[in-house]
Formats: sequence, C-alpha cells, structure tokens
Amino acid sequence: MSLPLDFTLNGRPCRIDAPPHWTVLDLVRDGLSLFGAKDGCGEGVCGACTVLLDGQPIRGCLVLAARLAGHALVTIEGLGPDALDPLQEAFAELGAAQCGFCTPGMILSAKALLAVNPAPSAHDVREALAGNLCRCTGYVKIVEAVLAAAHGHGR
Amino acid sequence: MSYRVIGKSPPRADAWEKVRGRPIYAGDLALSGMLHGRIVRSPYASARIVKIDTGAAQALPGVAAVLTHADVPRNELRMELPGRMAEATAGAVLATQPVLAGDRVRFQGEPVVAIAAETPEVATRAAELVEIEYEELPGVFDPFESLRPGAPLVHEGGNVLRRWQLRKGDIGEGFRRAEVQVEQTYRTPFVDHVYLETETGVGWIDAEGVLTLRVSTQVLEHFRDVAEVLRLPHSRVRLEGAYLGGGFGGKEDVTVECLLGLLVWKTRRPVQLVFSREESFIGHGKRHPYVMRYKTGAMRSGELVVLEAELCSDAGAYAALSPWVLFYSLVTATGPYRVPHVHVDAATVYTNNPVASAFRTFGSIQTCIAYEAQMDALAEALGMDPLELREKNFLRKGDRIATGQALESEPMLGETMRRAWAALGPPRPAARPVRIGRGLAASFTPYGRMCWTRDSASAWVGMEQDGTAVIRCAAPDVGGGQTASLCAIAGELLGLPVERVVAVGRDSHFTPRAGTTTATRQLFMSGNAVLKAAREVRRHLVEQAAAMLEAAPEDVELYDGRASVRGVPDRSVVIAEVVKAATAAGRPTQALDKFDAPWAPTIDPLTGQGKPFNDYTFGTQAVEVEIDEETGVTRATRLVACYDVGQAINRKSAEGQIEGGAVQGLGHALMEEVLLEQGISKNPHLLDYKIPTTLDAPVIEAILLESGNGLGPFGAKGIGEPAMTPTPAAVMNAVSRAVGRRVTDLPITAERLLAKLQGPS
Repeated sequence: MSLPLDFTLNGRPCRIDAPPHWTVLDLVRDGLSLFGAKDGCGEGVCGACTVLLDGQPIRGCLVLAARLAGHALVTIEGLGPDALDPLQEAFAELGAAQCGFCTPGMILSAKALLAVNPAPSAHDVREALAGNLCRCTGYVKIVEAVLAAAHGHGR
Repeated sequence: MSYRVIGKSPPRADAWEKVRGRPIYAGDLALSGMLHGRIVRSPYASARIVKIDTGAAQALPGVAAVLTHADVPRNELRMELPGRMAEATAGAVLATQPVLAGDRVRFQGEPVVAIAAETPEVATRAAELVEIEYEELPGVFDPFESLRPGAPLVHEGGNVLRRWQLRKGDIGEGFRRAEVQVEQTYRTPFVDHVYLETETGVGWIDAEGVLTLRVSTQVLEHFRDVAEVLRLPHSRVRLEGAYLGGGFGGKEDVTVECLLGLLVWKTRRPVQLVFSREESFIGHGKRHPYVMRYKTGAMRSGELVVLEAELCSDAGAYAALSPWVLFYSLVTATGPYRVPHVHVDAATVYTNNPVASAFRTFGSIQTCIAYEAQMDALAEALGMDPLELREKNFLRKGDRIATGQALESEPMLGETMRRAWAALGPPRPAARPVRIGRGLAASFTPYGRMCWTRDSASAWVGMEQDGTAVIRCAAPDVGGGQTASLCAIAGELLGLPVERVVAVGRDSHFTPRAGTTTATRQLFMSGNAVLKAAREVRRHLVEQAAAMLEAAPEDVELYDGRASVRGVPDRSVVIAEVVKAATAAGRPTQALDKFDAPWAPTIDPLTGQGKPFNDYTFGTQAVEVEIDEETGVTRATRLVACYDVGQAINRKSAEGQIEGGAVQGLGHALMEEVLLEQGISKNPHLLDYKIPTTLDAPVIEAILLESGNGLGPFGAKGIGEPAMTPTPAAVMNAVSRAVGRRVTDLPITAERLLAKLQGPS
C-alpha cells in the first residue's frame, strides 16, 4: 500500500507514492534515489541523515515521510545546484571532509544555523553541530569551514 | 627542498564530490532485481547449536535464500595474510573462524544464518522465522579466568592464542642497580571503531561470470577469502573498492564479504548487505582490552635502568589479528626510551567476549598508556620535572629500541615534546570546584608492515593525450586522502597540478595490487610505487621534451603543465604536446612499477630481538583538562600534537589525521567502553555508546615537523595511526596531575573519577 505525497523537493514540486511506514530517509534514498543523506545509526543519534524541513534540520531516520505533505524538503543535492553553496566551498577548501559520510548532514545543519545566525561564534557552531557525529576530523576543520563560510572566506 | 605540488593543501578531488553528497558508497548502489540480505546472529556468548530450522523462513513469499553452515562450500575463514605470514606464524596456531556457525557459537553476534529476500522487510521477517535451538554452555569472560586450569575452553587446544616475549639485558641486575622503582597495573576496555558507515556491500555476477563485490573495505585482497570459502578460482572473484565511510582498522578483517558472496553465488542475483548499527557493534572486531602490569626502575639522576612488563590482552572468541596486535605492543612496550634491561611477557587469550582485532594504533595505544603513566609516576617519585625525565631518556639517532634495532635517523622526540608543551600556553588559574591539569605523552608507532612480511605495492602511471595523468593503484581510500596524496606525488614528478592527475578505481581485477590500507602503510608503500612509476614516465617525457626543445635532458624541468629549459622559461612546450610527440615517436608514456619494502628476518621468538619494522613515527601530545570535582566530569579544553611527519604530502590531510586521531583518542580516554555482562553487550547503540561530539572536542593544534627522514616518498612518514597513539596517555597524565592521584583505568568516566576522588589517596 502506498499513498501519494505532495511536497516541495529542493525547490521543485514533487509527487511520489510512498508506503506509509517510510521515513523521510527511506523516501529520499529508496524513493527518490538521492543518496546524499546517509543511514549511520537508524535511531537519530549520528545526524548523517540530516535534511532540512522548511529550513529546519531534521533526522531523516526519525520522521515519517507523510510528515512532508505540503512542506519543503531540502537535501544536500538541492544546495547550490548551479554554483556551490559557500559552505560546500569552505568544506572542500579547508579539508573539512575526510571520509565524507557525515558531510552532507553536517553541511545542512550548518546551513540551518547560518540562516538564523549569519555571524556565529565558534561556540555557536559547535552547539549547532553537536548532533552531527564525525569520526574522522576531530571537528577542527569543520568548525573552521562553517566560520569561513559565514564570514565570506570561502573561495 | 622546495616542491611545487606536495607539501601544500590543495582541496582533495574527492572533497568536491563529498560536499555535494555525490560519491557512491557501497550502500548507495541500487541494482535492478537486487535482493536484500539479513544475517541471523547468535544471542548467546557460548552455546551449542542443537537444531536450525529454516522451513518457515524458506516458505515466506519473497525469500530467495536461507543459508546455513551446510550451504558454505568451505566453511572456514583463515586469519592470515596469504603468502606473507607463514614465516611468522611458526609457533602460532593457524586460526580459523566459520563463516556461518555450525555446531557451536562462541560470541554474541556470531553469524548463523544468511538470508536474501526481495525487500528489506521480507528479509527481516524471514530472520524472525528462523528457529534455532541453542543449549547454553559455560563461557569464560575474563582473560585471567580463561588462563586458569579447568576454565571452559573457547577452542580445542587451549585458551592461550599467542605469547610473545622480549628479553634484553638482565632485569635482575637492573632492579639491583635501580635506585627508584614504580609499579602499577593499567586496564583498558573494549572500544568500538564507530565509523559512521557500518559494514556494507553489494554484489553481483558480471557478464563473464565473475562474482563481483563492491564493498566498504580496507582490504581488497579479501577477494581470495571469498574465493576460498566458495571454492572458486581466485580469478573468479573480484572486489571493487568504494570510498569508505571510515575504517580505522575495523574494515581490515573480512566483514560482509563472504556472507555477501555466498548469497549472490547461491541466488545468482544482485544482493545488498548492510549491517545495522547494532550488528556493527556486536559483529565486528573491537580494540583489545589490556591488563598491563609495569615495573620501571631508574637511577636518582633519572636515567632509566630497567623495565618489566606483563601484558595480557583479551582476544575475544576468534583469533582475527590478535597475535599481531600483541606483537606491536611487545615492540612498543618500553616507549621511545633507552632502557638497558627489559623483560616483557605478553599473552593474548581467548574468551567468549566479542572478537578483538585491528583498531588504529594496533596495540601501540595500550602500551603508551602504561609506559607514559610510568614516566609521570617515576618523575613524581624522583621529584623531577616529567619533561626533564623524558628528555634524559629519549631515543636518539643510533640508539637501539628494546628489540635491538638501531634508529637510523633522529626521532626528534625532544623537539616534539617541547613544542607541544609550549604551545599549550601559560597555565590558567582554576577555581573550585574546577581543577585544571595538564599532561603529555610521547610515543612511537610503526608505519608499514613487519619487515619479514616482504610487503609490496604496485602502481601504474600513464599520460593521456591532453596532458593529464592517470594513476591505477588498488589502494582503498578510507577517507584520509590516500588517493589525493598519490595524485600529488605523481603531479610533483610529472609537472602537473593535482587537478590534472586522476586515480581511477580501486579494484582487485583492474588496478595493480597495492595491498591494504592498514598499518599506516599506503603513503609509504603505494606512495613509493606511484613515485617509481611516475619517475619512469617522467624520464620518457623529459627525453622527448629535450628533443623538442633542443636541450639536454638534464636541463629540462617539468612544472605547471609545461616542459621548460632550466633558466630559459620561454623555451617551453606544454606537456600535452610532449605526450603527443612521444606517442608519435613510439616512446612509452606509461609505466607499471612495484615497490618492495626493505626486508629483514623474523625476530627471535625467544628474545624478541631483531628488526621488526622498517621505521617509526615519533610524536608528542599535550593536553589540558578541566575536572569538576563535584561531578567527576572531565573535559579536555586544549590539545597540541607535534609529530615529525617527515614530509607532509597534503598538509591539511596530515593535520586532519592528527586532529581526528586525537579526538578518537579522547573518546577512548574519557567516555568509550563496550559494556559487557557475561559476554553480552549492554550498549550496542550510539545512544548508549557515546563518542565525542563538537562539544566534547577541544581546540586542537597540530604542529608538523618535517625532517625528510621518512622512508615514504620525499622522506614522508606515515601519520594515520601515530596520530592517535599518545592521546589517552596524555589525558590520563593530565587527570592524574589535576586530582593528585594516579589514574590507571580507562575510560575516565565521571563515576570512576568521583570514586577515585572520594576514595583513599
């Protein structure tokens, strides 16, 4: 059994039939073949599945897809489709992506932060990203990249 | 030496893809008609399998295969590096592990049944329908219990998996001479790798009938293990390496490969197998818990005289790489110090706990905790500054490590220590209930495999007609920038910016074999293989350009995509034109080459004497911690790491290894522990097994020294594992100083520290 679901996906209208038990993560990966969001734990801890629902970061693995009806979803694939987002530039330039598995979720959490706090302190960045785990970088270059993007020091 | 490409920090090619969420990881490949795999695992740590009934699961619509041990052609996974370990296994058991357990399970999480079904939901339902009758058996969950006569046997043949010993000088004489002695026992826990991407793969059979597996693995050579298990010719199994979502040693052993290969081969359909986080926790090898009893003696002057150590590691239920992890502990047991009299007994012991195996530092991190805590304790006993004590005893060029191997270049330990300590800055005042403490740990960690394994790596480098270069080298990229560094090395030789060099594929069939991305060996091994191949290509390009520019070959330089006459920059030609001309002239523009690590014989099994590794990376970490004495909570506030990396190839990649290693080490020191009750994991979830977040990670400074003394390309040393080695030791020393009592057990949780603070001093 599937239900039709209408929402905005990365700025464009989207209609898809989704089984009612699907989470947002199931929907983007299995329904829409958008693989940027990752399943790191399946229980809302690691943040690798972070996507933006009406601009707010959510755990794709914890929210049912049905919740999207009438709302706007942004995934990493929807960022700067023509030019890279300054966050993407800064992450690449400053070595903030190592294995890359946490990177899409990390960038989207940072995106949500900068939308409400365009000039964050390092502590603000750490607070905002505390729900996104990274095992490779020690977070040093991730924090640097978000600050650089905020202050226009991307490439 | 000045370089144009290496030593800088150009963004890595993979990073531009990763920030877009584009790389296709092993779990991101969806094939048409693909089945979904599920593994049924043992809920018991020790049990006899009485009966396996798969009837109901088989009958479920949508189920394609329900496989047991009876379906595995050769149900035996061997724990050795083919062709390379035989010499060193003399005396050790040739340990094996079943792919699917038949009559007996030895740890919680051991695979028993493998299922493939049309959807993940059906596969899960089928797993629930499998009926397995177990009869619980007595288990053993502590290595010392395991050593007792009459303890339940984990394997026939005894519970001792491997012993090593190191003998140097005469410790009796040493202890008679020593004027001061300190003795302590240190304990470390099981630790999980917690890569963000769990063990994952997808497999299919290609048009030539080759079983092809695209797997998140550090070891493409596992294609042989799959072939052996399926009784197929090695040439009919292919492993395609995807980018990894982290490895840290946890994807060094076989994970999904054989189970996946079995499901694909039996169903003749594509299958995806993704371990859940819980399966990852209970299913893959952990860092070994160690109990280490150390007794160290010195003269009043601070001169170290004697070190006696007993190391005991919990190998868990199967051998995996435990003997070799323990060997690294043996070699590093004294730390980077001159000690004339040394006696180390080391044993790794079977239990019914989770399998323990490779984890970043590979046995070097545990000994560092012990030898560096001993140095601080000794400094206290001597009334000496801990830095001064270390400085007096650090290994210098020409000194011999405890195995008798002389160091051929200056380890620069004193400089790494002084730089790291100074960079912590002036001390900060603390007000109750906060206590501030600082500590440091110096370390040494091998890079590259044991000399006697005759390690080698191959690479192919070739030019395209447009003047870009291609590298073919089967070196898995675990995320540390392995691929980007190979591109930089070739770029430096061929006069090309990194964006004009691409490394295509990491594949057991289509790219020259480069060995494992483990043991901090890829920059050393594959880096040198690429260097050799690129040097050969360069020779041809230079000869061709010399002819075109009417110059002597020795006057031709390659840089910025051009061949130029030295000192006459306007006499130049673009590389693409050189390649075209070379092709027209029938001159080669590609090369395949192989790098062989220097060889040395196996160490003496009775004394541990010999040359175990070709080289080591030395470095020091210094850390500041804040402790709330009312809650016992410890927070690292600042960390400085200083290493001699020989030569940074990509500076940000090198820093990134150090920063990431340090924070992984902080997790080990302060929060991480696989909690077990009679072998059963109590926290196989990220909710209950905490790793450091942005709020736990301190401000970190990485200081790179570049001696040029390494054995890698351009004098580089490996940094991947060394980056983590000293962190827990430094934290332990900082906490001990802050609270004025010796902390000896990890992790230093609030509960444990509070008990220490409230207990007798």
